[in-house]
Amino acid sequence: MIIPMASIYLDHNATTPVRPEVFDAMEPFFKDRFGNASSIHRYGQDARSAVEEARARVAGLVNGRPGEIYFTSGGTESDNLALKGVAYARRAYGRHIITTNIEHSAVLNSCGFLEREGFEVTYLPVDGHGRIDPGQVEDALTDQTILISVMHANNEIGTVQPVDEIGRIARDNGVCFHTDAVQSAGKLPIDVEAMHADLLSLSGHKIYGPKGVGAIYIRKGVEIEPTAHGGHHENDVRSGTENTVGIVGLGKAAELAALEREGEYRNLSRMRDALEARIRDEIEDVRVNGHPEWRLPGTLNASFPGAEGESLIMSLDLAGIAVSTGSACTSGAIEPSHVLLALGRDPRTALGSVRFSFGRDNTMRDVDYVMSRLPGIVSRLREVSAAQVPA
Amino acid sequence: MYSPAVMDHFHSPRNVGDLPDADGVGNAGNPISGNTIALYLKIAEGTVTDAKFRTFGCAASIAASSMVTEWVIGRTADEAASIENDTIAEALGGLPPTKMHCSAMAADGVRTAIEDYRSRRELNAKAPKA
Repeated sequence: MIIPMASIYLDHNATTPVRPEVFDAMEPFFKDRFGNASSIHRYGQDARSAVEEARARVAGLVNGRPGEIYFTSGGTESDNLALKGVAYARRAYGRHIITTNIEHSAVLNSCGFLEREGFEVTYLPVDGHGRIDPGQVEDALTDQTILISVMHANNEIGTVQPVDEIGRIARDNGVCFHTDAVQSAGKLPIDVEAMHADLLSLSGHKIYGPKGVGAIYIRKGVEIEPTAHGGHHENDVRSGTENTVGIVGLGKAAELAALEREGEYRNLSRMRDALEARIRDEIEDVRVNGHPEWRLPGTLNASFPGAEGESLIMSLDLAGIAVSTGSACTSGAIEPSHVLLALGRDPRTALGSVRFSFGRDNTMRDVDYVMSRLPGIVSRLREVSAAQVPA
Repeated sequence: MYSPAVMDHFHSPRNVGDLPDADGVGNAGNPISGNTIALYLKIAEGTVTDAKFRTFGCAASIAASSMVTEWVIGRTADEAASIENDTIAEALGGLPPTKMHCSAMAADGVRTAIEDYRSRRELNAKAPKA
């Protein structure tokens, strides 16, 4: 791998580095503290107490009770467990699920699976900023509805949904409410009581914890059918020997995220707003995707019509700037992001979109460096494509 | 992911632009939702003497477009028309399997440009002499 002179990571919505404090907390569990949390002897007791301490920390991050937190392998498993677990546990009461058309693929593809299993799914369309109106949820309810799943904040554009109101509607109608909070954790306040959330998904590696570990909050009393059957771990909700190392890392990351969230919010907003203002000022014909106010603090998704996303990312990477695009150009057709298409962007504009996502290691100097390279890259690619894009 | 030749042609594409007096123009790709190329050829006495392109697309399609202009200059119209879908991928030292359509798009651009050149010649031949 060639490391260019500059090396600026602006892809924190994809993943974050493990914080040193998190790594330090995890390290002993790779070595001396290797016990199986289910063992009765002292090795087991030591691992068990570490797992339970982590559970309390994760509960603290979302204002739940420790007994309502279950550890999983990550956000995808948590989403799968929420959707399929509730659908199968409550199928006797109805077979209708409500979600949105900009959910993460872990939710959308779980819904697709459930449709093949005979469930009916309503995909609510979002507005031009990626937001749904709680009234849409109310209108979509039927006497068959058993579950509403609406993400807290979108990974690609950062738009934040009115989850408090949606949760209230679910509660008033006796329907389970799940929210995917993988992207909002550590950035926005998360309170399962204010949200009236019955289930909530979290991931470790988005909050400076390790990959391969996540959690799901399941409100006490909510029935769920496990997706992995086995040796009765995690109160029979998620069998499999506890990933002690990962769980300890997630616990530490959750503790730090809860502690530092407010300062992080200000810091991430400041950098994102500065980059957004300069892009609008210094580059012609730019569209910012996402809600102007209801947006994650560090996320900026912008379309540069005339420049294609992968080309932008490759060029920025050569300049030492790591960002991402929602689109993937594979097998004959470039597939524009389903999220940007849902906002009503035409496919060609959607194809020219880049997501910048800031994290705690970025500084305002990174914004300056990006703006020293980005305008030139955009105009170079527009020069190559000129006349190929209808004005 | 990409060969050094792809990175070179992507970063420093050759023959970007258009030829207002082109003898054949080839448009290929998917103008609604995908990569597109416009290839302009100057052809004298049956041989390609100049080529320019404009491409909207990923790094591989820009590199393939650049490479196809180098490949086609100096070839006869017949040679150019017989381009294979993977000719440009080979010239670039290979492309990932999911990017082979970028090579095919460049080849389509050449074939379409030669067709355009030939149909213009037919029209000229039929046109009454002034």
